[in-house]
Amino acid sequence: MNVRKYFASRMIQLVPILIGITFLSFAMMQVAGSDAVTEMYSNAGAAVSEETLDAARARLGLDKPFIVQYFVWLGNMMTGDMGKSFISGRDVFQTFMSKLPATLLLTVMSVAATIVLSVPLGLLAAVSAERSASEQDSTHRTIYSVIDNVVRFLSFIGNSMPNFFVALLLMNFLAIKLGLLPVISSGVTLESAVMPTMTLAIAMTAKYIRQVRGAVLDELGQGYVTGARARGVRESVILTKSVLRSSLSTLLTLLALSIGSLLGGTAIVESIFMWDGVGKLAVDAITMRDYPMIQAYVVWMAIIYVGVNFVTDMLYVVIDPRVRLGAEK
Amino acid sequence: MATIETAEKSANGANEILTYESVDISYDGLKVVSDVSFALHEGECLGIVGESGSGKSTLIRAAMGLLGAGGLVTRGDIWYRGLDLPDVPRDEMRRINGEEIAMIFQDAGNALCPSRKIGDQLYESMLEHGNAERAEFTENISRLLERLRFDDTDRILGSYPFELSGGMRQRIGIASAMMMNPKILLADEPTSALDVVAQKDVVEEMKIIKDVYHTSIIIVTHNIGVARELSDTLLVMKDGHAVEYGPTNDVLTNPQSDYTKKLISSVIGLKR
Repeated sequence: MNVRKYFASRMIQLVPILIGITFLSFAMMQVAGSDAVTEMYSNAGAAVSEETLDAARARLGLDKPFIVQYFVWLGNMMTGDMGKSFISGRDVFQTFMSKLPATLLLTVMSVAATIVLSVPLGLLAAVSAERSASEQDSTHRTIYSVIDNVVRFLSFIGNSMPNFFVALLLMNFLAIKLGLLPVISSGVTLESAVMPTMTLAIAMTAKYIRQVRGAVLDELGQGYVTGARARGVRESVILTKSVLRSSLSTLLTLLALSIGSLLGGTAIVESIFMWDGVGKLAVDAITMRDYPMIQAYVVWMAIIYVGVNFVTDMLYVVIDPRVRLGAEK
Repeated sequence: MATIETAEKSANGANEILTYESVDISYDGLKVVSDVSFALHEGECLGIVGESGSGKSTLIRAAMGLLGAGGLVTRGDIWYRGLDLPDVPRDEMRRINGEEIAMIFQDAGNALCPSRKIGDQLYESMLEHGNAERAEFTENISRLLERLRFDDTDRILGSYPFELSGGMRQRIGIASAMMMNPKILLADEPTSALDVVAQKDVVEEMKIIKDVYHTSIIIVTHNIGVARELSDTLLVMKDGHAVEYGPTNDVLTNPQSDYTKKLISSVIGLKR
């Protein structure tokens, strides 16, 4: 089997997974308890008769058996028709798409900031940790040990602070005291994106530093590093060409999880900064029991996670020849 | 016990190229090699034998600064061309490693990154020691591989380490150590992970290196048959101490220490 066929077979495997997820989420909404039509009129503040409610149910197809409702909904969704919001009455798909750029911008910026900060710091910590245990000179050993401990301490602090606390600190310092940035978002602009990005990046960087340090430290103990040193290869070359390459699968796994959750919107951060993204939309929809919107959100999340995992699997094939040759066989 | 003087006689008065003087090595404060002295002469093959954990590999790794985490030379000197190797800065050691002192590992396949092609890694090593054109490198390494009785060199250079058998990987390890024509070759149990056929191939290739390239060799092994086949002098290690050192024939035919006698007698079918 060649790599192209392997890709195709993996894509085909995604179809039943996606259908399964949509079915489960649809079923869970059905058993959630409350009646969507009652909620819709209740949210609108209208007192209506049982006949009106029945008519509304018939109009929305909610009087049909569950399995029929599911396939009608699935068929509509495949053509981009996710229904109308119970609250605003607007098209769910269009509403959803209008919020996506904000979430995408925040995701790209925070992931980029996290990689730029955590990879060098994780590498620095790992190399320092290794040298603190192997340098012949005691002064050098102490210096390397201090560097490693400082980076680990910063990572520990970053890990210990919840997102909302970091957000409030940044607001207080950068917006209120220094007046450099707007306190809350004034639209989807780079200026407004700085603080939400920093909030997300600080937590992720702290987590990633530990992971990069651990992965790189593991690799530094491998025989191929000793082999390269015995052949007189520079440390910088060993790190960039061999160690980082071998650590990439760990980083990719982490990134896939982070990108998945970020694309799903970060409800707390988006709400604090009034960043008009998918996360805030989901929170609002849940609060108002806007089922079509919630359903669209669940499908979006499923597509994100399945899609990101698929891309990650494909990247494993690209970066690791053992996986690639296995796929070819 | 054979002495350093008798060992020197075996080297026919050749110059010392690597000298260990009263070397102690510790891992995390625990001494694993204690007060070991010996000398390697130009063109000589020195065998180091002893049971597992006796400090044989640690001894040669110390010369290249490859002791790893927690490992330190805590006393003594390792002299190479007027340089005390444990005190040589990392950058200078990098220039010596590979080009002047090279190593063959117990599992040479593990000494190459699994996610990169063998040819790329060997070329990278050559580049680190000077400007070598890729075509020139390919020509030189192909010639060396052919000399080491490899055929289909292009396929081997384009392979990943895990695509080759253990024996092939070990022979690639020998080629990678020899590609810069080092003055000293340190072989860390190069045959112990191989089947008997592959062991024979590796021993034959070590002989080629010794006879054709006249490289000074230290071979660490617990296979006394291999040591007898290749080495001119023999150092016997036990629990981090050198218990016997002298010309291989003298040590094997007339062992002085009880441990050496026991080691020799434990080799099934060894001919005196």
